[in-house]
Amino acid sequence: MPKISMTVNSKQVSATVEGRTLLVQLLRDTLRLTGTHVGCDTSQCGACVVHVDGEAVKSCTCLAASCEGAHVTTIEGLAQGGTLHPMQEAFREHHGLQCGYCTPGMIMAAVDLVNRKGFDLDEQLIRSELEGNICRCTGYHNIVKAIAAGAANMSAQPVARAAE
Amino acid sequence: MYAFDYHRPQTLRQAVNLIGRTEDSKVLAGGQTLIPTLKARLANPANLIDLGAVPELRAITQKGKSIVIGAMVRHAEVAESPLVKSAIPALADLAHLIGDPHVRNRGTIGGSVANNDPAADYPAACLAMNATIITTKRKIPVDQYFQGMFTTALEEGELISAVSFPIPSRAAYAKFRNPASRYALVGVFVAVKSGETRVAVTGASNGGVYRWTEAEAALKPRFSLAPIERLAKPPSTNMNSDIHASADYRAHLVYVMTKRAVAKALGR
Amino acid sequence: MSANGIGASVRRKEDHRFITGKGSYTDDINREGQTHAYFLRSPHAHALIKRLDVAAARQAPGVVGIFTGDDLAADKVGGLICGWMIHNKDGSPMSAGAHPALAQGKVRYVGDHVAVIIAETYSQAKDAADLVEVDYDVLPACVDLASADSPGQPQIHDNAANNTVYNFHLGDKAATDAAFARAAHVTKLDLVNNRLVPNAMEPRAAIGDYNSGEDAFTLYTTSQNPHVARLILSAFIGLAPEHKLRVIAPDVGGGFGSKIFVYAEETVCVWAAKKVGRPVKWVADRTEEFLCVAHGRDHVTHAEMAMDEKGRILGLRVHTKANLGAYLSTFSSAVPTYLYAPLLSGQYDIPAIYAEVDALYTNTSPVDAYRGAGRPEATFVVERLVEVASRQLGQDPAQFRMRNFVKSWPHQTPVIMMYDAGDYAGTMRKALELADYKNFGKRKRESARKGMLRGIGFSAYIEACGIAPSAAVGSLGAGVGLWESAEVRVNPTGNVEVLTGSHSHGQGHETTFAQLVAGRLGIPIEQVSIVHGDTDKVQFGMGTYGSRSGAVGMSAIVKALDKIEAKAKKVAAFALEASEADIEFKDGRFSVAGTDKSLAFGEVALQAYIAHKFTGAQLEPGLKEGAFYDPTNFTFPAGVHICEVEIDTDTGVTQIAKWTAVDDFGTIINPMIVEGQVHGGIAQGIGQALIENAIYDKEGQLVTASFMDYGMPRAHDLPHLELGFNTTPAPSNPLGIKGCGEAGAIAAPPAVINAITDALGHEEIAMPATPQAVWKAMQKSAMKIAAE
Repeated sequence: MPKISMTVNSKQVSATVEGRTLLVQLLRDTLRLTGTHVGCDTSQCGACVVHVDGEAVKSCTCLAASCEGAHVTTIEGLAQGGTLHPMQEAFREHHGLQCGYCTPGMIMAAVDLVNRKGFDLDEQLIRSELEGNICRCTGYHNIVKAIAAGAANMSAQPVARAAE
Repeated sequence: MYAFDYHRPQTLRQAVNLIGRTEDSKVLAGGQTLIPTLKARLANPANLIDLGAVPELRAITQKGKSIVIGAMVRHAEVAESPLVKSAIPALADLAHLIGDPHVRNRGTIGGSVANNDPAADYPAACLAMNATIITTKRKIPVDQYFQGMFTTALEEGELISAVSFPIPSRAAYAKFRNPASRYALVGVFVAVKSGETRVAVTGASNGGVYRWTEAEAALKPRFSLAPIERLAKPPSTNMNSDIHASADYRAHLVYVMTKRAVAKALGR
Repeated sequence: MSANGIGASVRRKEDHRFITGKGSYTDDINREGQTHAYFLRSPHAHALIKRLDVAAARQAPGVVGIFTGDDLAADKVGGLICGWMIHNKDGSPMSAGAHPALAQGKVRYVGDHVAVIIAETYSQAKDAADLVEVDYDVLPACVDLASADSPGQPQIHDNAANNTVYNFHLGDKAATDAAFARAAHVTKLDLVNNRLVPNAMEPRAAIGDYNSGEDAFTLYTTSQNPHVARLILSAFIGLAPEHKLRVIAPDVGGGFGSKIFVYAEETVCVWAAKKVGRPVKWVADRTEEFLCVAHGRDHVTHAEMAMDEKGRILGLRVHTKANLGAYLSTFSSAVPTYLYAPLLSGQYDIPAIYAEVDALYTNTSPVDAYRGAGRPEATFVVERLVEVASRQLGQDPAQFRMRNFVKSWPHQTPVIMMYDAGDYAGTMRKALELADYKNFGKRKRESARKGMLRGIGFSAYIEACGIAPSAAVGSLGAGVGLWESAEVRVNPTGNVEVLTGSHSHGQGHETTFAQLVAGRLGIPIEQVSIVHGDTDKVQFGMGTYGSRSGAVGMSAIVKALDKIEAKAKKVAAFALEASEADIEFKDGRFSVAGTDKSLAFGEVALQAYIAHKFTGAQLEPGLKEGAFYDPTNFTFPAGVHICEVEIDTDTGVTQIAKWTAVDDFGTIINPMIVEGQVHGGIAQGIGQALIENAIYDKEGQLVTASFMDYGMPRAHDLPHLELGFNTTPAPSNPLGIKGCGEAGAIAAPPAVINAITDALGHEEIAMPATPQAVWKAMQKSAMKIAAE
């Protein structure tokens, strides 16, 4: 069985896993970081999105062993020292969540979107970039609002980007 | 997932050796198709060889009048590559339409071309641009490469190392997404190079990606919308028919998407 | 209005844990020594089990136990139940087939539970399942709803002849026939209400835990109503006495109805925990959810509406076949009957209505309540009929509706309901304004210039919420009362815990309920916490569904708060050495009228607990009150949704170009949360209208068993939503709340289809109106035009 080590939320971790262990299983079952969720089997819902080396990845479609040496950030690693990340704050402020299940993946996808596309995001771009995240509660209306606001707030707090 | 032995070669040579040495192995590129397949227990390999640490297959370069994309280059990298965007913007556009942002961060061109899913996007680009599939053993002209859905000219133990796309003078991709999976229900890539026009269609046919030769002939004298508008819709024989689209509707979409791709290639 | 009280868009108290990944959903919980269950499911829609051999699987690595239906039967574990008795037209009771948690000799749908394999890891359990040997004698399957009761169809349950669960009717047939006899115009429609999969993002999960020292069970489960689950598991399935079974529904990731019901898996996990002596955890994967969660809708209907020469509606006649699937799920029988037929009057003054409903078994997953439950189906019938009738009569659809609206309240419909308050025409006028209806023609021409077809569609829905007056539902066959409970515990330091029988799984109760309490008691909202979802903590409660938690759940809290205030006034009177009659309570302070003597709420709480100012003979110490609230009527949220679509004539793709909703939900506690509920409901309604469809093939295989094939609305499928409100408070409850959770899902489908049919210029389009379906409809009309 492969022994792997990686950095998760700025902490060095190592574990011996089966080859078939998914990244999400390592995070949830071994490291007990249960903020990352699993909502489907076909890589579509995006509840499992985390950042691997700064890029959004579906952790249900990625082997843990493939992340040897990687820097992984999960929803638990987004807030810095008790201060919410601007995107987390924006989801709360704009009611971008209801049941909360898709939310960690949504927020991680949103931060990745800002990292790729900048702070000034229009509604159509946000909607099309949410292709890989399904929410059943909100109709996306407030998620779109939250992401636009969170992106703008991230520009005011560049430190939030450097967190990764 | 069934259990397997996991291997993580550090070089292409090691990878090729491993494939030769191990029984019943599968190669993991970006994993965006293979991992769901394994999770559904639809495949049961004894060995999984992960190319993730192999450094050689990651470059996008221009060689003469072609753009050469390493097999492990991810869709997001193709979509954002300044070189691809300037030389073959249609290819960057296509890469941007694959899956979703997270899938594009993992999925690779080599994986897509090796798998030859009948609803995948890259095969249409390869076929329309007369690409060459470069493997660890040889160079395969694209017309010999795709051999029906999920079937290619790749031999046992042969790995794609890169895909070489001759730079077209005009090209565009028009995709009609499956409303559920967001795969191509129909995707049409048109490309013009040295007076030859190719029209490649993915998603539509039960034989996998194919060239719509009638459309190519119609566009041969002059690459413009008028001849496509005059063209008869393709027949629905050999078109896929499923809950998402009947053969009729797919044939219709091939026509519409071809028209749109041509218009896009003309900058309209 | 205080900053955090009723009417304020208070940011949600529960959000912090969700946005930081600290929520605690069932799958996030792990019990010491936990094992993992995998259910072996039937690959066939209809088959006899000739042989079931688990011997080889038992020997597989990690296996802790394997059980089948025989093991459950040997332990006298009862079958799953349907809690609502419906009677046939002739007064005889419905025919309900047995519903064992693990199959006994026969499987009736793909996914039906054949055996459970429990192992150290989930992978080991799944690996071992491959070794279970089952010989099936495959029977022909009955899948098609329209023909399921035809002679010669495969018989699914021995005691339900022609696969018929019941033939129900409601209304006055003779009066309705008479109305049709004198009609100047009759509009007729055949409608299909497509089958849906709820797809809450959190798949169902359960952990059964047995404590041998206490001889007591704990079930962690994804439930909308843990007490009802406990009652059923205890009283009907017989797993344990109620006081020996604790049910915890922790954070639940959406429900939409699908998590109301008691399922086979949680039943088996509880029972098996004692058998194997260790906790048993089961988590569905998405495919299992598709196969086995209770689906929604699935009706075929023929409906007719009679009008006089001016377009006044005279009568409505409806015949529906409702698919209930292979077994009766917990509330399934009520959905196409009492949640459906009584809503067929819509917002209209219709003198005569007669509805017949045939509920049928098929070899498909059970069908039960899904967001709206019966009311979306009724609204679809009424609003399609009304729209088509107005077009046939050449009348403006908005004017046609307004002419026929109920105009005074209370209004008794011919189908049970007494509408108590509303302003339907006012809502319509507001919606027309907000939607800029008068300029629709201009927008249609602009679309045409782009080569697009534009259409507009209305939906004036009504629903019956605040479910429900217990005596009324009891007389209609409900097995339980549908009141709600609350307990308000004031601590000595003045902070407050509210225990509610409602359950929040996205609705934001921890915030809205706290707003009510904080506003009423004049304390900061941070000093209020809402406790729900644990039968050991909370007194009995009925849970959350049917847009009931505001109207019923909060009314129970109001009743408890009334008692708290009354008691606190007594305490304050002693503490302030004044007469109780002179104590006034305002803005969190108890004061003596006409003096400057006063105490803050927290000070009175402390006095209640230290009890230094009164004797036991004078007053009981403490400040804790409970209440049960049983509503006196349903509530009737109503509204108008207006949809504009643009159709790409080349591809048949429909884009929602504009959406306007004006709703009357009665009193609104938190506008931000209410709007969120409307957004989500509309999204599900648009999903039903445009892309969602659960399809079984002839053999009973679910063809759409993953997100690859079942279209889930994504962000760019949905429009920006323009919302407005026109409020008339509900007279039947103390806060005037009507409810908002289901409105969007009820309103949206006919609005979309009415818009598409308006754009296309003909009525033949079924849901979901996929690009292919719209394209085919356009082909047909093109052929028609060519033929003319």
